[in-house]
Amino acid sequence: MHDEFHGDLLEVSMGPQHPSTHGVFRMVVTLDGEQIVKLKPVFGYLHRNHEKIAESTSYLGSMPYTDRLDYLCSMSTNWAYALAVEKLSGQAVPDRAQYLRIIMAELTRLVNHSCLVGFLFNDLGTSFTPLLYAFREREKILDLFESLSGSRMMCNYQRFGGCRVDPSPEWLAAARTLVEGFPRFLDEYETMLTGNEIMLARTQGVGRLDPAHAVNAGITGPVLRASGVGYDLRKVDGYGFYPRFDFRVPLGEHGDTYDRYMMRILEMRESVKILQQAFRDLPAGPVMDPKAKLRGFRPKAGEAYGRLEGPKGELGFYLISDGSPNPWRYRVRPPSLINLTLLEEMCLGHTIADAVVILGSIDIVLGEVDR
Amino acid sequence: METPEQIRDRLLARFPAAKVELVTNPGTAAEHSLLLDAAHARDIALFLRDDPALRLDYCSNVTGVDWPEKKTAVSAPKTAVPTLVERVDPNALPGTPAPASALGSTRSTPANDSGNYLEAVYHLYSMALKHGPVIIRLRTGNRTDRVTLPSLTPVWRAADFQEREIFDLYGIVFAGHPDLRRLLMWDEFQDHPMRRDYVAPDDFEWEPTPHGDVHERAKGHYPTTEGLKG
Repeated sequence: MHDEFHGDLLEVSMGPQHPSTHGVFRMVVTLDGEQIVKLKPVFGYLHRNHEKIAESTSYLGSMPYTDRLDYLCSMSTNWAYALAVEKLSGQAVPDRAQYLRIIMAELTRLVNHSCLVGFLFNDLGTSFTPLLYAFREREKILDLFESLSGSRMMCNYQRFGGCRVDPSPEWLAAARTLVEGFPRFLDEYETMLTGNEIMLARTQGVGRLDPAHAVNAGITGPVLRASGVGYDLRKVDGYGFYPRFDFRVPLGEHGDTYDRYMMRILEMRESVKILQQAFRDLPAGPVMDPKAKLRGFRPKAGEAYGRLEGPKGELGFYLISDGSPNPWRYRVRPPSLINLTLLEEMCLGHTIADAVVILGSIDIVLGEVDR
Repeated sequence: METPEQIRDRLLARFPAAKVELVTNPGTAAEHSLLLDAAHARDIALFLRDDPALRLDYCSNVTGVDWPEKKTAVSAPKTAVPTLVERVDPNALPGTPAPASALGSTRSTPANDSGNYLEAVYHLYSMALKHGPVIIRLRTGNRTDRVTLPSLTPVWRAADFQEREIFDLYGIVFAGHPDLRRLLMWDEFQDHPMRRDYVAPDDFEWEPTPHGDVHERAKGHYPTTEGLKG
C-alpha cells in the first residue's frame, strides 16, 4: 500500500463560454485532483479597443460609449468620465446636478450589488431564485432610469457640467417610494440568504485575501474593504457632494467570500441612507451649468486623472488633451480587471467549485475588463 | 502632502546619480509629474513606497502614452501653447544650479516637446496616509528599438496586468516583469494597436493556417484576375 496517491495534473480550460464566468472570460486551471495548483486568467475576448475609438472621436462622443464599459452601472461610469473631463477643463457643476449624480450613482450601486448577490448565489448552485428577487427590484430601478434617460441600461445621462435632463416631481416621488421600500426587500433577501447553512459552509474561510497583499495589488472597492482596509473614495476624495452626506463605510474582518457578500448587503443599506438624504436635501435650480460647452468643446492642453468609487471599485479616467477636439490620450482604469490580479492567490488550494464562487464574489463585468 | 518639487528635491538628495525632472501640467488640474530615468526607477519606486512621509503603497493607474515625433509642418493648435509655464531649455540637466524660476528645472510638457518616445505613467496614492496622487513617468529612448523600461510590478503588484496591457498595446518591454505576455490581443498578433501611427489592416480577421503556402502556390495556376477588376 502506498501512503499517498500521486496522480497526474490536469489542465482545464474554463471558459470563455461558461455560465460562471459572467461573460467571455477564461481561466486556465491546473488541477491536482479537485485542488487548484495553478490558475491563469485569459482576457481579451470582448476587446474592442475602446480607448482607441475614444481617441478618434470628440470628448462628448465617447460619453455614450462609456455606458458599454460596465453595462450594469452606466450611470456611475458616465459620472466618472464627466468627472475627469470636468477636472481637465475646470468645468463647474450646479448643485442640483451634484445631488442628481449622487442619486443616480447610489441607485446604480443598489442595482449592481443586489444583482451581484444574486449571481453569487447562482454560482453557489441556488439556481436563479435569489437572482429573480434581485431582478425584480432591479427592474423597478431600471424603469426609473428608462423614464428619465430613455434607456434602461445605456443611460448616457451625464454631461460635462451637469446632467442631461431634470427629473419631474413625479419621477422623484416614484424614486422616493422605491427607496423607502428597499430596506424591506433587503430584509427579505437577508432572511433568505445570510444565515443559510449551505451558504455559510461554502463561503466562510474561502478565498481569503489579506489586507497587505490587497493594497499592494491595487484591489479596490468592496473586495478591498472586506479585507478590512477602510479606503472609500467617497470619503477619501470627497468628490461631488459626498462630504455633505452622513453615511458609514462598512469594513470586513476576514477578507473571505462571506465578508465580501456581507459588504454588498451593508453597502446597500448605507446607499439607502444616502439616497434618503439626497431626496430630502435636493435643491432647486438648473441641472446644467449655463457656461458649459457641448459643441466645439476643446479643453486646453494638459492632463487630468479623475476617479470615483464605482460599485466595483475605483473607476478612473486619465485624459491628456493637446488642445484639439479629441483627447490625445484616453485611458480607463478598470476596477474589474485590476481586482482580478490576485485571483490565482485567492483560489490556490481550493477546489474548482470554490474558484467559481470566489470569482463571483469579486464582481467583474467583462465589458470593462476587456474594454 | 509634499509638493512634486519637494519630492523631487528629496529624491535628488537621496539618489545623487539619478535624473529626476519635473514635468509641468499646464491644464486646470495642475497635477505635475516626475520624470524618472529608467536606470534608477525601481530604486526610486521602492523609496516612494516605503518612505514614512510618503508611503505610496497603492499604485492606482498605469498607462502608456505614445508621443510620435512632431513634424514641424504641423503647427500645434493655438490653445496647446501654455501661457503660464515658463519654457526652459529641455536639454538643461536637472541638479545643475537651480534657476530663478519658482518651478525649478522644468521640462516642457509632453504635448510641446519634440516627442519620439513612448511613455509609461504611474498614478500613485497612499492608502495608509490617504493622500495622493504622485505621478511618475518613464520614457523610452525612441519608439522602435530602445523601448525597454524597468518593470515596477515587483514594487506594486497592481502594475502586473496594466504593464502587460501597455506591452500589448504600445510595445513597451518591461524588463523584470514576471509574466510579460499580451493581455488583450491574441498571442500571434504582431503590431501595437494603441500607437498613434497604427493602421488597421483591411483583413484583420485573417489568421495564418498551415495551408498558407499551398494557397499561395495555387494562385499561380489560376488565370489572372487583373483584367476583370475595374
